[in-house]
Amino acid sequence: MRRIISVLMENEPGALSRVIGLFAQRNYNIETLTVAPTEDSTLSRLTLSTLAGDEQVEQITKQLNKLIEVVKLVDLTEGEHIERELMLIKLKATGAQRAEVKRTSDIFRGQVVDVTQSTYTIQLTGTTEKLDAFLRAFPESSVMEVVRSGVSGLSRGEKVLTP
Amino acid sequence: MEKLSGADMLIRALQDEGVDHVFGYPGGAVLHIYDAVFRQNRIQHVLVRHEQAATHMADGYARSTGRPGVVLVTSGPGATNAITGIATAYMDSIPMVVISGQVQSHLIGTDSFQETDMVGVSRPIVKHSYLVRTASEIPETIKKAFYIATSGRPGPVVVDIPKDVTDPTNLFDYSYPETVTMRSYSPATRGHTGQIKKAIKSLAKCERPMIYAGGGVVQGDASSQLIELTRLLGFPITNTLMGLGAFPGTDKQFLGMLGMHGTFEANNAMHHSDLVFAIGARFDDRITNTVSKFCPYAEIIHLDIDPTSISKTVNADVPIVGPVDTVLDEMISLLEPEVAKRSEKQQQMLKEWWEQIEGWRKQDCLAVIRDESEDIIKPQEAVQAVYKATGGKAYVTSDVGQHQMFAAQYYPFDEPRKWINSGGLGTMGFGLPAAMGVQVAFPDEQVVCITGEGSIQMNIQELSTCSQYGLPIKIINVNNQSLGMVKQWQDMQYEGRHSHSYMDSLPDFVKLVESYGHVGFKIESRDDLEPVLVEAMAIKNKLVFVDIMVDPSEHVYPMLIAPNGSLRDMWLSKGVRT
Repeated sequence: MRRIISVLMENEPGALSRVIGLFAQRNYNIETLTVAPTEDSTLSRLTLSTLAGDEQVEQITKQLNKLIEVVKLVDLTEGEHIERELMLIKLKATGAQRAEVKRTSDIFRGQVVDVTQSTYTIQLTGTTEKLDAFLRAFPESSVMEVVRSGVSGLSRGEKVLTP
Repeated sequence: MEKLSGADMLIRALQDEGVDHVFGYPGGAVLHIYDAVFRQNRIQHVLVRHEQAATHMADGYARSTGRPGVVLVTSGPGATNAITGIATAYMDSIPMVVISGQVQSHLIGTDSFQETDMVGVSRPIVKHSYLVRTASEIPETIKKAFYIATSGRPGPVVVDIPKDVTDPTNLFDYSYPETVTMRSYSPATRGHTGQIKKAIKSLAKCERPMIYAGGGVVQGDASSQLIELTRLLGFPITNTLMGLGAFPGTDKQFLGMLGMHGTFEANNAMHHSDLVFAIGARFDDRITNTVSKFCPYAEIIHLDIDPTSISKTVNADVPIVGPVDTVLDEMISLLEPEVAKRSEKQQQMLKEWWEQIEGWRKQDCLAVIRDESEDIIKPQEAVQAVYKATGGKAYVTSDVGQHQMFAAQYYPFDEPRKWINSGGLGTMGFGLPAAMGVQVAFPDEQVVCITGEGSIQMNIQELSTCSQYGLPIKIINVNNQSLGMVKQWQDMQYEGRHSHSYMDSLPDFVKLVESYGHVGFKIESRDDLEPVLVEAMAIKNKLVFVDIMVDPSEHVYPMLIAPNGSLRDMWLSKGVRT
């Protein structure tokens, strides 16, 4: 099952390599990973998504907690949450394709962020499923380049992850 | 405020931390630090012959005293040579602080001379690590390193220090912090009351209980609590390889070691029990055999300081995270009234359980099988003779292989911290330097290293260090002229094809040790075994190496049958199984 684990950790050199190293060392999988400092510059917030069963995710969270630099973490998928991912996609767009690309982008609430005579670059945010669906809407031959941020997320309601 | 250089700050911080010995080897990146070592006399530095031995010495020091071992090595090869010893300490949860030199800050990342990314290389085998950026960070970093290494589940911490940070010409304010607080690290200080109460309930109503205690009891200094609890309950107890000595090995309630080479009675009692109380143990694969067949009838209570150990391989019905000593103290006081009001039926059930166990004990699974007409020495008899000659009171270190298992089986330990071996990583070459660390900590105690001709040669250069510091260790070389455990597996699983498990071209060990100024004996006859060992142990001020020629065909039994076996499936002797 897909899990989204959100980790609050010390914003120190080497901290990220410990998290990634743990996953490699213990044979856990990482689907996506995104990390940046928070409003408090001494802390970083790392969000990762992984495919794991209940027992494995329990070990993953315990092992992450054991890392000295990890302050706190939450498995967002355990409760109601919001998740978003950003995608930039560069598409071939010439002739009749241009209108079609624009129309599809509008349906998905994408924004055209760069235009040339033969390409559109579209920015799209949403859940992983939505971005996947958008990609499937175009023939492979027209997709020139794709970059995705990986999942970020927060719990719904009052619940927050703070030190 | 006092002004000190980075190098002097480091040494002062170690002094303020109460460090009395550092095990190390100098080199370019740590020259400033070594100069600071030279200009003081509160910390004694022990110069090894290979950095791996420095880590094992610090390890032996830590295991025997309970205080963290300290290592000082240079960058590059000095640091990488220390890796095996750090991994050994990590696997067995041993408190250790390893200070490694690093190339100058501006050279990091340029593939400069003797540069290795030590923080990167050691990352999977340390509890934590630091790369010191400026000298002013040194006092707090050292304080944190010792705090992390010794608290919670102990482990090794690496502190990597670039050479410019220890520059003697740059002076900084020095003060050593008295305490340390880290928002991201707070090991449990007591157990969850609700969980403890649940455990008490189970312990009060079980009929076929087993206490299964491991190295956590030794490292957590909870041996007296374990003894009190076990006596109070009247339950049978087994120890893991790492836990030997946590409960007196000669006690009637003790069923011996469990697992791969555990006793018939301990493994059977585990298998048939209806409650297993695991204390400071981690259900290692050498304990469980096939996990799905492990203790099929038992409810499992698991007490451990490390939450990741709980339900990692075997699901715990009642998990308790906390320090073993305080949790056991709390449990003892709660159990006293429960035991007092045990019903007659319960007492009868426990009595019947013990009768069943005594039946398994009658198997006498550790009886040495031999042809009395032959003069050949059995390795088990060598260990028994060492036990006799030391009165069972020595600190015993071992290397890895058959001799290690024979030592664990035939030298019962009545006290914790007396049995010192590499259980988790299984590091050959551990025994001699570990014994040296113990002898440094306890100069007047009898320290014995039980080893084999394979293992001893993995760190034999340390015989030189022993000469330099006058360490009167007694080395028992159980010499079967082969890598016995490898050979045993080849006999059992590869139709006796002994692929590279023989030891050809062995040195004359007696002459070899004499060349270092030590005393050597060789024993080839049974009649010589006891008298020569007694003579060897009586030599108080010299290292004595006793080369004992033993039966090269001997196997270690009992041995769990794998794959797909449970704990009650064992080979009991050659060709004889349960």
